[in-house]
Formats: sequence, structure tokens, C-alpha cells
Amino acid sequence: MRVKAKLYPKEAARLLQEKPSVRASVTGATLHFERNRLRAYGEIDAEAWRERARRIKDHVLTHLDHYLELAEKRLRENGVQVHWAEGPEEAHRLLREVVARHGVKRAVKAKSMLTEELGVNPLLESLGVEVYETDLGEYLIQLLGEPPSHIVGPAIHLSLPEIQRLFHDRFGTPLDAAPEALAQVARGVLREAFLTAELGISGANFLVAETGTLAVMENEGNIRLSTSLPRVHVAFVGIEKLLPRFQDLALFLPLTARAATGQRLATFVSLIQGSAQPGEEGPEEVHVVLVDHGRTALLADPEAWEVLRCVRCGACLNACPVYRQTGGHPYGYVYSGPIGAVLDPGLLGLEEAHPLPHASTLCGACQEACPVKIPIPKLLLAWRHRAVEQGLAPTWEKGAMRAFAQVMGSPALYRLFSKALRGLPLPQALQDHLPLLRAWTEGRGPLKPSPRPFHELWREIKEETHGG
Amino acid sequence: MRVALFITCLADQFYAEAGVAAVRLLRALGVEVDFPEGQTCCGQPAFNAGHWGEARALARRTIDIFQDAEYVVLPSGSCTSMVKNHYPELLPGNREALALSGKTYELSQFLVQVLGVEKLGEGLKGRRVAYHHGCHALRELGVKEEPLLLLQNAGAELLPWEAAEECCGFGGLFSVKLPEVSLAMASRKVATLPQAEVLTSTDAGCLLHLAGRLGRLGRPLRVAPLATLLWEAYAGQS
Repeated sequence: MRVKAKLYPKEAARLLQEKPSVRASVTGATLHFERNRLRAYGEIDAEAWRERARRIKDHVLTHLDHYLELAEKRLRENGVQVHWAEGPEEAHRLLREVVARHGVKRAVKAKSMLTEELGVNPLLESLGVEVYETDLGEYLIQLLGEPPSHIVGPAIHLSLPEIQRLFHDRFGTPLDAAPEALAQVARGVLREAFLTAELGISGANFLVAETGTLAVMENEGNIRLSTSLPRVHVAFVGIEKLLPRFQDLALFLPLTARAATGQRLATFVSLIQGSAQPGEEGPEEVHVVLVDHGRTALLADPEAWEVLRCVRCGACLNACPVYRQTGGHPYGYVYSGPIGAVLDPGLLGLEEAHPLPHASTLCGACQEACPVKIPIPKLLLAWRHRAVEQGLAPTWEKGAMRAFAQVMGSPALYRLFSKALRGLPLPQALQDHLPLLRAWTEGRGPLKPSPRPFHELWREIKEETHGG
Repeated sequence: MRVALFITCLADQFYAEAGVAAVRLLRALGVEVDFPEGQTCCGQPAFNAGHWGEARALARRTIDIFQDAEYVVLPSGSCTSMVKNHYPELLPGNREALALSGKTYELSQFLVQVLGVEKLGEGLKGRRVAYHHGCHALRELGVKEEPLLLLQNAGAELLPWEAAEECCGFGGLFSVKLPEVSLAMASRKVATLPQAEVLTSTDAGCLLHLAGRLGRLGRPLRVAPLATLLWEAYAGQS
């Protein structure tokens, strides 16, 4: 996808101005998810579950070389063809080869954020393959030509009337068709695709190293169909998705479901153990592509690696009051919200993504929601600091910070500043040249300092005795 | 017992009366209060924006200024967390930073946890109060029950507020770097705000932002820092 992370501040403002319905849709849906998560966490010893999950993830990440080799070995034993992809190039090469060899005309796709990173859909389309996103939300945004705006609910920004309009234009359904009727229409189209596609593409929630098992969670059944009906299944798996043991699924499957949607378990969990054996139904050919795409570099980064614990549940997006105002599109890359703000700079480089770590008030709600305890505020601060070190802070900010430190570094200057502040309101002409002040006052009215600052009042109450 | 008051730059400039209230309240509870005069800002704006050089310089001078204090009390959750949690991260291995961290408290936290005070008086009897949980007080300091307890025990009626624990959108520089998002967040707080007589919180930044937004949206409502209300809890409304 086209990376537009640098434009975040402008795009966020523009969206709020031009499409206020997005704020309403996203706020409603995320608050719903968030309430469900809180209820689901409340049913368990969430702290103990999260701490255990964190430890398992940290163990895998600190022994990743070992578990990757083990996973590769087990996958091959299961009859899976294993490929390593540093980035889109290797992934595309494999897809070209599969498409050519099997004469693929049609592909069904299970929702996968990694395939967004790799640009799988544009590649397949350029090869003349008809691609169907089969997750309902993902299908909607594919019809609209939009990227996903949420990790779990890709169409979270759409309102029902927008979807009704889309289906009316596309399939001739009435403008007031019920959601169930619209789902039936999509189901009809997608069933046909499932039954005729030669290629199924998916991601994976987890890859168990000890058994070579791919675990995929979903609520619609489309992933199960995408990975079992076509002759060929290609799964793209980020190298951070490994779990050591099969039994770890007993923690991660329910924890991820609780974090993502407040469910005790996803409606469908597929455990994929290689290609079909003689006499079995299922794909003849299964490929697992282990994708790096910046993850090794992140792992080697002592200030950023913890982001690799992420299980892509979207809980931090749902908890984030900043994300809630706009949804994911203004972030300008695959991953949005708090996790995007600490992952995208790692995947894209700070040059491309430095505004994203500022898309937060550091309120900490994300960290409380995270099922693997990623210290997101700490990572946000580290990226902000690094951006400053790399000279990426805007010039005005550098100047403002120097001035701020100078004033606050000297009580005499601070007292002068204090007097100047009480000269407010500043003449309009001057205010117009102080964009920061204007950014404050436009939505909140003029600054009203106390008539006298406390440090002056102190002189009067200094000698007061008991209670004044 | 002696407390050094760290007023914080925002309260110094915009809620000076809260400082007076804090001093009077602490004195009324038998605590001697100092106000080390060299104090300015804890450096949080620079720290949060990633300008750690500037933040370190301000942290070092703040540490010096409060070095001899028995306790340091701030009428702010955010600045308390800066001193308590972030100074030691910003100055790893700095023993003075750790020492200061250990003796620094947000006002309501100090009253309940150190002084063991849970009831200040009945000065808030029947007052309908909306309490905004400042994020850093709530999530970085774990200060949640302390302010509620003190308000409630003084007779205040704490109104249920769906968004009480949601960020108001202030976020320091965030409020001017991403003003549209910041204001949208404030609008959500305001839209869900119950019919209160007064809106209060530990943090001056949140209150300035929310008061400004309430004014712009034409909803007149008294906005008062927690310190002011706690003094009223003790002394009645002046």
C-alpha cells in the first residue's frame, strides 16, 4: 500500500472535518469492543494470563533462531513447503511461481495484515488473478478500494447507510436492506468464489514450532473455507508469530479472543497441520512463507523490540481515545492506533513514520488493554526521543523546546514569563504569528491566567498560621 | 512533618488559588509547608516530546531544589508521575532521582496514604461533583480511590460518568500539535458529562482544556482543581 504516515496530522484533521460519520462509527464500535474486553478480562485472572503470555512471547523472541529452525523442520515433516521472505520481493516471486504453475485464475483470501504489508492483492491482480477478500468487512473495503482501518474490524469506519449504498450500487439491493440481507448477498458471491478458486491465501495467528501447526482464529468461517477448499494454500506468517509448544495455544487462543472481541474463544479456530494426505480432503499443496520484513531489525533494537510480542488483537486500538476519533486511515500505513504508532516506525523507518508516535496523549489505556503487556507508552517515548536525536523534530519545536528549557531553567526568566503571560490577551496581530497559541485558543477560547501566580501569592500566605 | 510544595508551572500560572488551598489544607492537618522558590517546571513537556536533553536539565535542577525536603507534594498527577516514575528513567543510576521519587506524592495520595486522612470535613455536603480521572494519576500512579474517597467523605455526590476514566485529549503538546483530534476527544468528554455543579480533577492541564472546551460549547460549569475542592471539604465553600 502507499505509505502516507508522514501526513498523519493533516489527514486526521481532514477526516474529522470532512467525514464526521467516521468518528461516530469508530467510537461506537470500539467502545463496544472495549466493554466486551473489560467484561472478558474480568472473568479471568487477567494479570496472570497476560504475564504468562508476555513471558512465553519473550522466550520465543529471545530464542527466535532456534524456534524458527524447529518450525521449519516440523513444517517440512508435515509436507508443507517452507519459504523465507525478507520482504515483498521474495513473497511476490513465490506467488508468481504458484500462479503460473497452477494456472490460477481466482484466489480467495482470508484477512491478513501481513499480506497488506506485502502488497499481495496488487501483485495478484497484476498477474490477472481475480482476488476475493472473504472476511465480510475486508470484502466491503475491497469493493470500496480502501485499506483496512482496524486490525480486527477492517470496515469499522463504515456506517450502515454507506454499506447499503455500496451494495445498492453494486448488486442492486434496496437502499434500506437489512444487514442480514446484505450479508446474504456477500455470502452468495463469496460461496461461488470459494468453490472455484484455485488458490487460498491466509495469514496465521500463531505458528507452533514444536508441531508445525498453523493456528487461525475467525468468526465467519471464511478462513476455514479459504484454507481448505482451493487446491493450493499459501500462508504468510511473520516470524514473530511463533509459539514454542502446542499447549501454549491453550493460553493464547482464549486470551487473544478475549482481548480482541471479548469472546472466550473465536467462533472458529483452524489448526492446520500440513497438506491433505491420500484419502483426505483439503489442499494438495501448502506453502508457509516466513516473513521478516523489518522484524529482525526490530528484534535487535533494545528500545523497540517489545512490539514484536504483538498478537494483532486490536485491543489497543479499541482502548485508544485518539484512534477512536478517526479510525485507522489517517495513520497512512497497514497498522494504525497505538500498535501502529510503535510498529510502523520500525517497519518503515522514522523518516517515513515519525509523526505516528505523536498520535497519543500517553494516556496509557493501550498498555492496560494489551494481552501481552507491550509497554506502548514507553515505546512511544523512545521513538519520539529517537526522532529528535535524528533531527526529525520540526524546526519550530526545536526552537520552542530550547526557549522553554531556558525559561524554566532560570527562576528570573520564569518570573518574567509569568509577567508577560499576564499581559494577555495579546494583540490579534501577534496571536496570528503564534500558531501554537492559536491552535489552543481556536477550540478553547483565550488563555486566562490566574490574576497573580501562586509564587506571588505565596509571599502573602507564607506566614499565615493554621488554616488561614 | 514538613512538606515541600511543588506547585507545577501550570497550576502556578492558571490555578494559583489551588496552591493556596493546598497550603492551607496541609497546614490545617498539622503539616508544615515550604515552597522552595527556585522551582519552575518538572520538564515533562520536553520529556514527552522526545527532547530529553532539555528534560534532563530541568529534572536535575528540580532534584536539587527538592533535595532536602522530607516530602514533596504536587497538586498534579501528571507532574508527580514525571518526578516519581520518569526522573529515574531519564537519569539512570542517579541516586538523588531515586530518593526524590520515593518521597514525592500527588496531593490526595499524600493525604490518604501518608497522613492516613480519609475525611476532611463535610464542606461538600450535597454538592454534585463530576470527577475526571487524569490519565497519569490513574494509570501511572494508581491514584483512583483516594480523590473519590476524600470527596465522598466530605459529602459530595459523585456523579456517574461513562467517560470519567477516558483521556480528555489534553496531552500537553498534543493539544496544539493535533488540535482537531484533541478537541474531538474533549467533545466526547463534554458530551457524556453528567449534570454537575462542579468538574474537578488532579490535573491543571486537563482542567484548562476541558474548561476551555465547555466554554466554547456554551456549557457554563464551574471547573475547579481537586486541591480547591479538598480545601472546601475542610473549610466549607468560601
